[in-house]
Amino acid sequence: MNDALTAGDAAPLELRIDAKSFLSADGTPVEVVRDFQLRLEAGSFGALIGPSGCGKTTILRIAAGLDTDFRGQLRTPGARRLGMVFQEPRLLPWRTVEDNIRLALPVHQSDVDLTELFETLGLGSHLARYPGELSLGLARRAGIARAFAIRPDFLLLDEPFVSLDEAVASRLRSELTALTTRTRVTTLLVTHHLEEAVQLADRLFFLSDRPARIILEKMLPPPRETRSADVIASISQEMRALVARAVTGIVQS
Amino acid sequence: MLPRVISLAALIAVWAVAAALAQSRLLPGPLTIAAATLAEIRSGELPFQMACTLARVVGSFAIAMLLGTLGGYAMGRSKAADRFADSWLVVLINMPALVIIIFAYIWIGLNETAAILAVAINKLPNVIVVVREGARALDAEIDEMAKAFQFGPSKRIRHVVIPQLAPYLAASSRSGLSIVWKIVLVVELLGRPNGVGFVLGSAFSLFDMARILSYAICFIVLMLVIESLLVQPLERRANRWRRRPT
Repeated sequence: MNDALTAGDAAPLELRIDAKSFLSADGTPVEVVRDFQLRLEAGSFGALIGPSGCGKTTILRIAAGLDTDFRGQLRTPGARRLGMVFQEPRLLPWRTVEDNIRLALPVHQSDVDLTELFETLGLGSHLARYPGELSLGLARRAGIARAFAIRPDFLLLDEPFVSLDEAVASRLRSELTALTTRTRVTTLLVTHHLEEAVQLADRLFFLSDRPARIILEKMLPPPRETRSADVIASISQEMRALVARAVTGIVQS
Repeated sequence: MLPRVISLAALIAVWAVAAALAQSRLLPGPLTIAAATLAEIRSGELPFQMACTLARVVGSFAIAMLLGTLGGYAMGRSKAADRFADSWLVVLINMPALVIIIFAYIWIGLNETAAILAVAINKLPNVIVVVREGARALDAEIDEMAKAFQFGPSKRIRHVVIPQLAPYLAASSRSGLSIVWKIVLVVELLGRPNGVGFVLGSAFSLFDMARILSYAICFIVLMLVIESLLVQPLERRANRWRRRPT
């Protein structure tokens, strides 16, 4: 009952961004996102894929409610609890790994049992260490543990495996798949790495260059837990062809 | 440790030789001073005067740190507050300590409130400037993390803001403590009927060098004790997480 890894109340995520601009250094507005619309069913795992600098992180920050300066609508249920994993692990350097994870817990949840979560992510023997003493892979694990510890209704992941060894990244991806399947949390991943998206997600959204909008949306056949390396490679190849065609379509029209 | 002991012993030796050569009431030797100090401690006079001074130091230090942290944080976080208060800060920084003390005594009266406030106001701009730097350097990414995980205000202040400000608070309390000590003595000299500053003032009018030296030495010792027993351990604690295993 008090285990962090039981399935929570998954909720759908709906986001519409009609327009989002930033002011550039010389004061002129730069449009980053236009006519973007996304709906994720409760418990599904979506991936936003796009080139670097296309506005993926901006979209994720809006979905997290961290940026409210946009035209459009973010629709999420009232009592939303958000777990977020950032590109840099963003741990408090002055607290131990365990403190970092426990500090994120809401007061009424502070006695939740995290042992299994720690074990699943291989953090068991590193809980008393400070973030400055961890490898990047371990720090990322701590960041992921923090996001799951609060039993989120939504999980937002911003390039959580970038600049890791492929072997480490791949293992972390399978652990993430296991955790999301088990907790059935509605998840949105931002990545520039197609194979990563194919390994993890059941719904892909391909973004255009700036200003970002969705140029292709694709469901992947379930179950996502058991996709082999070959399957991932062949789906990815197929997706690349589809995206190429979609982009040509835009150019022609 | 040993070089320090040797250097201190040399200082005392120079003093003893100079006093022996001068043979003057205006430069008593170390033994005379030691005897005078012991007598002052036995009579309870020295502990009482030191306690008066210490209480003023604690009071004005606390006020300066509290107001300075709030002001510095506000100026570091808000451009509007910084633009508005910066010129006030410049005026305050350049105001001679003596002027602030005189204003306080004239406007508030020759009382304890005026004395403590005068010292606190002298120390205040230094705290503001240092904490403002700290507030400007707060990590925006960590802040965003705290927002995403819905940290409330008290959790944010305790676990996100204070640890980042800690080195700045430590630096300003270190430099601040020595400023406060020194200004408290001037305040006491000018308008208080007790405290180390008052004693030094009356000893000065009597040319009582023995008394001046024994108070000065006890005062320095007390400062060093506070520095090493209070300030340094607190600083070490605040910086514990920076230690890396080798």
